[in-house]
Amino acid sequence: MPPLDEIIRGSQIWKSVFRHPAPIDRRNRVVVMLTNFFLHLHPVSIKKQGISLSYTWCMGGVTFFLFLVETVTGVLLMFYYRPTLEWAYNDMLALRDVASLGILREIHRWAAHAMVITVWLHMYRVFLTGSYKPPREFNWVIGVILLLLTLLLSFTGYLLPWDQLAIWAITVGSNMARAHPFLGHEGPGSALLTLDGIDMITNASDARFGLLGARFVGEETLNRFYVLHCVAIPLAAALLMAIHFWRVRKDGGISGPL
Amino acid sequence: MHGHVSYEDFILQVAGFLTTYYLFIAAMNGLAAFYLWQSGRAKELFRLPGSGLAVTTVHVWLLVAGVFTILSAYATNGGAAALTLPQAVRDFADARMGPVVYTVGLLLLLSVLYLGRNFFVKPTVAWAGLNLSLLLMGISMTDMDFASIVMKPDNVPIVAMIYLLGFFTWLSASKAVQNDARTARGEVPLEKLDDEKVLVWPDLVYTELICMIALMAILFVWAILLQAPLEEPASTVKTPNPSKAPWYFLGLQEMLVYYDPWMAGVVLPGVVVGGLMAIPFIDFNKQGNGYYTINERKFAYCTFQFGFLVLWVTLIVMGTFLRGPNWNFFGFYETWDAHKVEALNNVDLSQYFWVDLLHTGRPKAADDAPMIVKIGYILLRESVGIMLLLFYFGGGPPAMVIYSKFFRKMFLRMGFVRYMVLSNLILLMALLPIKMLARWTVDMKYFVSIPEYFLNF
Repeated sequence: MPPLDEIIRGSQIWKSVFRHPAPIDRRNRVVVMLTNFFLHLHPVSIKKQGISLSYTWCMGGVTFFLFLVETVTGVLLMFYYRPTLEWAYNDMLALRDVASLGILREIHRWAAHAMVITVWLHMYRVFLTGSYKPPREFNWVIGVILLLLTLLLSFTGYLLPWDQLAIWAITVGSNMARAHPFLGHEGPGSALLTLDGIDMITNASDARFGLLGARFVGEETLNRFYVLHCVAIPLAAALLMAIHFWRVRKDGGISGPL
Repeated sequence: MHGHVSYEDFILQVAGFLTTYYLFIAAMNGLAAFYLWQSGRAKELFRLPGSGLAVTTVHVWLLVAGVFTILSAYATNGGAAALTLPQAVRDFADARMGPVVYTVGLLLLLSVLYLGRNFFVKPTVAWAGLNLSLLLMGISMTDMDFASIVMKPDNVPIVAMIYLLGFFTWLSASKAVQNDARTARGEVPLEKLDDEKVLVWPDLVYTELICMIALMAILFVWAILLQAPLEEPASTVKTPNPSKAPWYFLGLQEMLVYYDPWMAGVVLPGVVVGGLMAIPFIDFNKQGNGYYTINERKFAYCTFQFGFLVLWVTLIVMGTFLRGPNWNFFGFYETWDAHKVEALNNVDLSQYFWVDLLHTGRPKAADDAPMIVKIGYILLRESVGIMLLLFYFGGGPPAMVIYSKFFRKMFLRMGFVRYMVLSNLILLMALLPIKMLARWTVDMKYFVSIPEYFLNF
């Protein structure tokens, strides 16, 4: 009888998934990069300098991996968590004390903090190597938007535990929107926006109200931030990440001296 | 903060931590010595007089490893309380420390590191600096106030970030110094040497896989050792003091000391984002694309580092570790006392001008005057500040071209639009340190203060 791995690799099922032999010779190491969906983001070959860890710091890749960790742990957390005043905090207690895999929330929170840091480090490296210079200007701009989305993801997630730390951090942060020029009811210029002598910008119609869904951080805010955190921002980030990676390839791959 | 834990109990807890901590540093130094010995990269420092035996960096780091091992053993045997800074030193540091000393001190430190970069990037020097900072962290951990802030679960990542930033700044500067030296000798940058192509499978794919596994391991250990914070249930009536935004926004919250929310919370963050996006379009320097260098792009490097390390990171560190109740400043070893009172005697520019200089009192329209008259009086009242700002933003860009050769060359190469974007971004960025200085030196509150329309600047 042939060895087990030969039986598996020779089976119709295996061959239907992987249409070529194992990547152990040069030809198949090229083919694997071209035929595998998850690997096709990469080029087939690359300058040695471009994969040197002391040059790239791997921080972009680490950020993407942390995003995947956040997605997986986030989905699992959503099984346990209900974004209502009645349940949000109690579900946190249950996650800590009752649920198996009791470090789910820990992984999610620490990976979120780490992701903010790795995004910064990635941008730091890109700046220090001048990699934003032509032809990569546009990808840097997308990167800045992704930085913003990362911060917003973290910010919206900060509220969900619904403890004192959460509600007051979001209160302090969202109070800034109250002072938005023209669009905040305590911002410069908003007093000028009147219609027949009636203020258009009040604490029930300004930028902060739009953000919180209420005059203060409350149940509406919890729901709004939950939807932003779990659906809207991750989708936007995923789309921009796809463009970001695609543009890395289209703009000539990882930067290096000409 | 920690009224219910006695110092003796605290020291017992910290002793366990310090034992591991010092042992970890000892292992780190032992590995460094082993690496230097094996790779033959050890440097001879001097020869012993009698025998002529060479003393190398291997011996030094072995010795350091030994010292940290002894510290570790000492800490675990109840000596942790003795491994500490004298109270007098801590009190002195707290008394001297303030926003001015902290900010200016860090700026000076970074400037010294920058100017002396050829010396400070040397591995031996950088490693010694790392050891010293870890030792200082260790002996500071025996201070209850220091430990209670640094060990707050959400603050631990920031401590990690400081060390990561230090490491990567060193790494990039070290490569840049090497590249600049090579360029001066007419050689190509280091990155150019590895020009040959390799296959992505296995060379890159395996690296990525190893990174993923290492990261997962780090996350698991971190998650097991440190529980995510969960405070009391949310209450809209119990306001904690201090109330802090999430840590990555604390630089912005710190700016609230100097600016009103519409500037610190809306306009300036918008300018930061817009300014970051503008970087590739205003940096016309074609050099330094794809390799580390400082000399070939000094202006871009210094501007970015000033914005990132000084204005962003140090303000976050200050907002996290040094701002306590009522957003008052507290030294590293100071108890966060909610009753600490700091005199607020900040004065508006219009007050200085009309009251202190002209002795006339600030102009004020009659209460029943029509709107347009009232606005006229407000403009008159704030005219000095408004003119100052107009002069700053209107006169700044042309003045830079006229009086500075550097900016004149830049203007000629960049063209009008790019130059205006660049100069205005720089002026906006410079306004924060200018406001800080005006606050520290003459208690300046607002240059333009129109509270009637929430327009304070």
